[in-house]
Amino acid sequence: MMKHPVQKAFGRVSAQTEATRVPVGIAVRTSLVFIVLCGLLYPLVTTGAAQLLMPKQANGSLIEDRSGNVVGSELIGQSFPDPKYFHGRLSSIEYNGAGSGSNNYAPSNPEMLERTKAEIEAWKKNNPNVPVQELPIDLVTNSGSGLDPHITPKSAEVQIPRVSERTGIAEAELKRLVKEHTEGRDFGVFGEPRVNVLKLNLALQELLEH
Amino acid sequence: MGIVQIAIVILVLLLLVKPLGTYLYLVFRNEPGGTDKWFSWAERPIFALIGLKERRGMSWKGYALSFLLTNIILVGAGYAILRFQQVLPWNPNGIENMESTLSLNTMISFMTNTNLQHYSGESGLSYFSQMAVIMMMMFTSAATGLCVAIAFIRAVTTKGATVGNFFEDFVKAMTRVFIPAAFLIAMLLVALQVPQTLKPTMSVTTLSGSEQQIAVGPVAALESIKHLGTNGGGHMGANSAHPFENPSPLTNVIEILCMWSLGAALPYTFGLFAKSRKQGWIVFSVMMTLFIGFLSLNYAAESSGNPALNRLGIDSSQGSMEGKEVRFGIPQSSLFTTVTTAATTGSVNNMHDTLTPLGGITPLALMMLNSVFGGKGVGLMNMLMYAILAVFLAGLMVGRTPEFLGRKIEAKEMKLIAVVILVHPFIILAPTALALMTNAGQSGITNAGFHGISQVLYEYTSSAANNGSGFEGLADNTPFWNVTTGLVMLLGRYISMIALLAVGGSLSRKQRVPETPGTFRTDNGLFAGILIAVVLIIGALTFLPVLVLGPVAEHLTIR
Repeated sequence: MMKHPVQKAFGRVSAQTEATRVPVGIAVRTSLVFIVLCGLLYPLVTTGAAQLLMPKQANGSLIEDRSGNVVGSELIGQSFPDPKYFHGRLSSIEYNGAGSGSNNYAPSNPEMLERTKAEIEAWKKNNPNVPVQELPIDLVTNSGSGLDPHITPKSAEVQIPRVSERTGIAEAELKRLVKEHTEGRDFGVFGEPRVNVLKLNLALQELLEH
Repeated sequence: MGIVQIAIVILVLLLLVKPLGTYLYLVFRNEPGGTDKWFSWAERPIFALIGLKERRGMSWKGYALSFLLTNIILVGAGYAILRFQQVLPWNPNGIENMESTLSLNTMISFMTNTNLQHYSGESGLSYFSQMAVIMMMMFTSAATGLCVAIAFIRAVTTKGATVGNFFEDFVKAMTRVFIPAAFLIAMLLVALQVPQTLKPTMSVTTLSGSEQQIAVGPVAALESIKHLGTNGGGHMGANSAHPFENPSPLTNVIEILCMWSLGAALPYTFGLFAKSRKQGWIVFSVMMTLFIGFLSLNYAAESSGNPALNRLGIDSSQGSMEGKEVRFGIPQSSLFTTVTTAATTGSVNNMHDTLTPLGGITPLALMMLNSVFGGKGVGLMNMLMYAILAVFLAGLMVGRTPEFLGRKIEAKEMKLIAVVILVHPFIILAPTALALMTNAGQSGITNAGFHGISQVLYEYTSSAANNGSGFEGLADNTPFWNVTTGLVMLLGRYISMIALLAVGGSLSRKQRVPETPGTFRTDNGLFAGILIAVVLIIGALTFLPVLVLGPVAEHLTIR
């Protein structure tokens, strides 16, 4: 089969230093061995070890409400259409975690400009007491994954007047809640301070129920 | 805080270079002792299984044939699995067989260490395909690249007709580098909340009472080798922007270091082989200088934000957040983008299509130069190629026969290097022009105007550099894009690998020229400066016009 050209290439070097045998057999066997090792054993052993040692993390960090119902994953954002809740970022996939991604708008894309303008108008209507100059950009832009679970602390703060009005909970109480749910940078230096919207709303829900 | 956290990551990388570079040297110098005592128990049965009884050295041609043959066999096996994944085991989400041109594109993409993905992981691949094809190829393509780089280093630093035994190197790369490291990193990632399960997509009732689907899978195992092997193909469509692939800034730093450290350690390994650590550090510092320059461009552009949105009167002090995740912000996004395109990984933690026009030049330029750190080995090979070219140019200027590491650089080597230097822009610019001229190509463009040129240019640059990231707005799952990018990936990977191995093979047979006071030194600052200039001038001469048509023109329209 491949014998002729292969041997020709090998033939030019002295027999002492060069394997004269065509390495087809070794190549086939090497391929098979590593398909099994890297493609089956490695992921299955990793799965087994992860499930045994760290089942919560390995299964997607699911999060429950007080009565023990699973309401989502703490890593995956959700949509909160009701204005009484804190809102997360825009999601072109409506936070459907069966897929992921964004619109991939170019910075010059007119559709993105229109969408952002419309979002700003909607903000003005729902939050008449907060001037637009204080609206942080993360609240009116689409995240990369479409599933971003976080907003910046500032973005949570500017929603407090609206949430307070809709729920009747005092602004000071909500400020405390947001502060409690603000995560700092990792090791105090990596990444950005952030608020997990689902966790914050879960706590809000608890306050409302009591 | 932005610059501080970037500086800390770079510092950690610097601390890793020496131990990792030394380790790679000990693994591949093939002398008894070293790392044998820890690994030979695992390797004996593997060598027996693959039937490798004698580990005789191969000529560069034998080495090239061996790795090509192995890659061809793996592509065949992978293609068969993708075409029949519906009936194979571990398909809890009922994924259908993959279409033929898409399967071909996917196989070329993963075997060439590109990981350009024209499918979306959640809906296009069964768990069996994710493991037996995607993860398997992430290991094997990375090991192939590392082996070829090691063979090239041996060729330019030692005398003799052989460059090592491919199969021995391949097994060692797996058992002593990739498999143990991938397992440990995967477990670390699980501890930091990356899922690792074979359960199907979950369905939950949200706090607002609606139904939410949540895709999971064996993510951590893939995530670790995806970065260690500078592969870059994600389990999820959104890649490392997805909170399951990259849940926190800490995992982001780990992923950055995983994809960066081996490529950054190789110049040091090269220095040890060349018996001149200083030579290794000079190559490293050239790479780092270029890296920091392009990182600064991206960081500055993204921090100052998208002018079109900044004008709307909102608080845009965070920078350009469209397509980015809050937990990463600009610093961790910018660093990731720069590392993933320097190291030819191609994973993304923010959407490159949405980068500001000037910020988008950074990933494009790094893939065009294709020699700043680079993927498993290929970046070092390209940088050494530029080093030989720099020596040649310097030699011409003073009228002396150029030498590199004590060997004369002659017509044969320069012809091969000229081929490599010309192929890269050719396989980027020619298909870009083709796509822009034809309906089949134009119909993929989703962002009108100058950005459309950038989308097409990025796709082929990423393919040619075997990077795999994309301006993902491009509607690229059509036979036209599948076939053309497939060809570009193939040519981009194998022509340069084979030609540079040939250069190495030719150099290794030459008689060493004794060093004299008149020898042009390649281990000092002067040479580093010349090398940076050569890389930038050649890059600018070939690619500046098209960059002006794409990103620069777009910047001027929204400024």
